[in-house]
Amino acid sequence: MKLPSSVVPAVAIEGLVVRYGDLTAVDGVSFEAAAGEVTALLGPNGAGKTSTVETAEGYRRPDAGTVRVLGLDPVADHAALVPRIGVMPQDGGVYPGIRVLEAMRLFAAYYDEPLDPTGLLARVGLTDRASATTRSLSGGERQRLSLALALVGRPEVAFLDEPTSGVDVGGRQIVRQVIRELRDDGVAVVLTTHELAEAEHLADRVVIVDRGRVVGSGPLAELLRGGGEEIRFGAPAGLEMGSLGERLGALVLETTPGEYVVACPPSPAAVAALTAWLAERELPLADLRAGRQTLEDVFLRLTDRSEA
Amino acid sequence: MKRRSLAAQTRTEVLLTLRRGESVLLTLGIPVLLLLFLSLADVLPLPTGVDHPVDFLFPGILALAVLSAALVGPAIATGFEREYGVLKRLGVTPLGRPAIITAKTIAVLAVELVQVVVLTGLAFALGWRPDGALVGTALLGVAVATVAFAGAGLLLGGTLPGLTTLAAANGLYVVLLLVGGMVFPLDSLPSGVRAAARLLPSAALAEVLQHALRTGTHLGVQPWIVLVAWAIVLPPLAARCFRWR
Repeated sequence: MKLPSSVVPAVAIEGLVVRYGDLTAVDGVSFEAAAGEVTALLGPNGAGKTSTVETAEGYRRPDAGTVRVLGLDPVADHAALVPRIGVMPQDGGVYPGIRVLEAMRLFAAYYDEPLDPTGLLARVGLTDRASATTRSLSGGERQRLSLALALVGRPEVAFLDEPTSGVDVGGRQIVRQVIRELRDDGVAVVLTTHELAEAEHLADRVVIVDRGRVVGSGPLAELLRGGGEEIRFGAPAGLEMGSLGERLGALVLETTPGEYVVACPPSPAAVAALTAWLAERELPLADLRAGRQTLEDVFLRLTDRSEA
Repeated sequence: MKRRSLAAQTRTEVLLTLRRGESVLLTLGIPVLLLLFLSLADVLPLPTGVDHPVDFLFPGILALAVLSAALVGPAIATGFEREYGVLKRLGVTPLGRPAIITAKTIAVLAVELVQVVVLTGLAFALGWRPDGALVGTALLGVAVATVAFAGAGLLLGGTLPGLTTLAAANGLYVVLLLVGGMVFPLDSLPSGVRAAARLLPSAALAEVLQHALRTGTHLGVQPWIVLVAWAIVLPPLAARCFRWR
């Protein structure tokens, strides 16, 4: 029986471990993804994102832990699950000699109630490339076709592996728009990305993965709220931090050359004192953030890759 | 296996096969050229008792055509489909493996049908006469050989990288062309090579077709044993070793 999506999370992963020989690619990952939400697995290349997603798609059995998609086991219930999911792999996976519209019609034929191939091509902006072979598409066009192929079967869960990588600016807007429409239609979208900006643009929930482990997760707003008691600013490297600290009455740290953190609440007075100190020394202020962190701050702190 | 998805997949397989220039060259161009050239130019050693080259060449070239359609073509296509992640992606659609394999099989049979029609017509034009031809025997031989060849093709394409498959399948094609009793009679080969060649499905198919399409040729039981044995051994081996990416 098909349970209502509010009862069963679209994707439920608990203590997932994936090993390749001696290498542990995924080391105890747990998260859930809900219908009508975009969940982004964010992490550097090699963090274990694709291995996690491919396990949910049924490509491999977990070495430990459980994976359920729409309440089903992706390996044991493969035949029941595949009509209900859409997969956009990282590496296209389309016949190089097939034409764009032919590929759309072929994939549409696999499903019981597919979307109209022509309409979907228009949505991803490939109408004028309909009779081009996929071999002749640009990287970004190929990605948009791949996205459309993943969606033609009206999936309840869409797994999108790096959906905007290699896509130019215009194409990126289209991909983002399509993903938002999916979410609004109640689809559970699980995407992976190594680009913070993508996660920040698209995700309702972010799961930060590093070296096979989840190092932070939650709604985007919540992740960004924590740790606001500081001022971050960019200025020339090698400031006299002792002098600045004395003026502000707080500890100042240079996290990377030219990036500074002041451990005090971002009151207007403190910000005024900081800018005055810089003005007296005729030093430029590259950027200034107070209170609210960017996802990048969270990411760098959690993944301990301040050099990245 | 749903009819609609199987039909669409089969149509795509046939379409893509016809669209690949090198596969059309291999499955149709080269057999037609060889049959035409060698029938008209007096350069080949002929087995004793053969008056017209086409009488000997037609069965052999037909065997060569089946080899290219069932082994070389699918091997190369499958090798590159794995390389490009096509098969991997199909694995997470409702299409299913049985439909993929069925579609590939039908595509091979479709190509073979075109080959048979074209080559028979050409042979006829070159003076071959079907009097006394054992059509049933010929078709049975082609069917069993197709299973064996396809097994070999999928063993190559299912385990090796795309470019390696391309090289290996084309290399195999040339070797089997030379020692398959297809163009050069087995009798003209050194005895050691001949003995080894007769254990291969290519020579076995050529012998079956010589018997079926050229009157008065004796056929022992060995070619059938060889063909059936390869047809039993190769497909399960290919299925066992097959890697979907």
